[in-house]
Amino acid sequence: MIVFEKVVKQYGGNVVLRELDFAVQPGEHVTLIGPSGSGKTTILRLLMTLEKADGGTIQVGEDYLTHMERRGKLVPCDEKHLRRVRRRIGMVFQQFNLFPNMKVMQNLTEAPVRVLGLSKDEAAERARDLLELVGLSDKADAHPSQLSGGQQQRVAIARALAMRPDVLLLDEVTSALDPELVAGVLNVLKDIAKTTDITLLCVTHEMGFARDVSDRVLMFDQGVVVEEATPAKLFTDPDHQRTRDFLRAVIERA
Amino acid sequence: MLWDWGYAIDILPELLRGLLVTVQATLLGSAVAYALGLVFALVRRSRIPVLSQAVWLLVEFVRSTPLLVQLFFLYFVLPDLGIRFDAFTTGVIGLGLHYACYTAEVYRAGIEAVPKGQWEACTALSLPRSRVWTGVILPQAVPRVLPALGNYMISMFKETLLLAISVLELVGAAREVGSDTFRYIEPFTLAGIFFLLVSYPAGVLVRRLERRVGYAT
Repeated sequence: MIVFEKVVKQYGGNVVLRELDFAVQPGEHVTLIGPSGSGKTTILRLLMTLEKADGGTIQVGEDYLTHMERRGKLVPCDEKHLRRVRRRIGMVFQQFNLFPNMKVMQNLTEAPVRVLGLSKDEAAERARDLLELVGLSDKADAHPSQLSGGQQQRVAIARALAMRPDVLLLDEVTSALDPELVAGVLNVLKDIAKTTDITLLCVTHEMGFARDVSDRVLMFDQGVVVEEATPAKLFTDPDHQRTRDFLRAVIERA
Repeated sequence: MLWDWGYAIDILPELLRGLLVTVQATLLGSAVAYALGLVFALVRRSRIPVLSQAVWLLVEFVRSTPLLVQLFFLYFVLPDLGIRFDAFTTGVIGLGLHYACYTAEVYRAGIEAVPKGQWEACTALSLPRSRVWTGVILPQAVPRVLPALGNYMISMFKETLLLAISVLELVGAAREVGSDTFRYIEPFTLAGIFFLLVSYPAGVLVRRLERRVGYAT
């Protein structure tokens, strides 16, 4: 579903990703862990086309995200091509980023109506189903500012799902939440992981969540994958010292 | 006696007509300034360098020259170039263009105050660019800057007197009735009071708006 090949990303002189290779299968749930600044979030931002790679290729499905094929050759892609590929990907942000000028319902129907061409009624029906899924059926007419952080994040998850993406990117979705609100959001995500065949790519510091939903966990450090394994293996018996140090630090903090 | 009530009442209709012209010029001028300023702000952000630089140059030029000079230019130079509007229209265009260069900066500040995450959410949802502006960015940017826009309308109201070079707005009317009788104290005092009667409540309204916007964001 997703293939990174020799992807390089740098900010100024600071190299964030060094010729990164990794792949995610359709329907797979992959979690990226590692210290801050190790490039995890950059991977999601590259996939969402919020950043451009400085080198290498990224594929989503059979399309390239970094390039497009023209007469059998790979050329830098244009905005139209990006639009098409982007539509298969959804993202949930650390800061929710709901539209504060719209009610919850319109947050959910805006893109399906404007981008997918759904009728208002179809979009509203889809939105109601999703609000039920995230446990916020009674909040359709609320403004985002009237909701708690946890509720806002659940609306943001519903908003991303309303576009029926093949891939859902979760960028530290509980990091900005008060501790008592984290569980509600994670339960919604576990539910989605269990009941849909969506491909999940998460960056998180919630190791319990990573263990519960992931098929595979990737340990990142300094722009490369240090270790990858099933959660059972990685969390109990990691091969690398760097992974052991990181896990110990995270567990001590929690 | 210095102040002649009978005379003051006699000239009142003349002055009220002047006030009406002033208010009309302000409303029309602001409409031009608000619309054109938004266009300027958007073009400045556009990815077409030639256009955005041309607007930058125009804005800087207009902001660094006095409104009176610009009005003289429109009144006396444009007709020589074969472009003729009536005096009132020319004045409204002049006021509107001048203030558009200030409102453009106000809009720009409002747009830049919208968090980056809003743009990113729009990208993540693949919203078309036009809808990003009309549905997400401007509805958040404009309410924030309404008080600043309102303040510019009040300044414009007071600067309409520059149109007096060829339009009988409030100050022009006061001067005209004064020159008929050589009594200036009543017309100019009344003109000042009229300005106060409009500007002060308008200022109160803008401050109230400021407080409301403060709560909303």
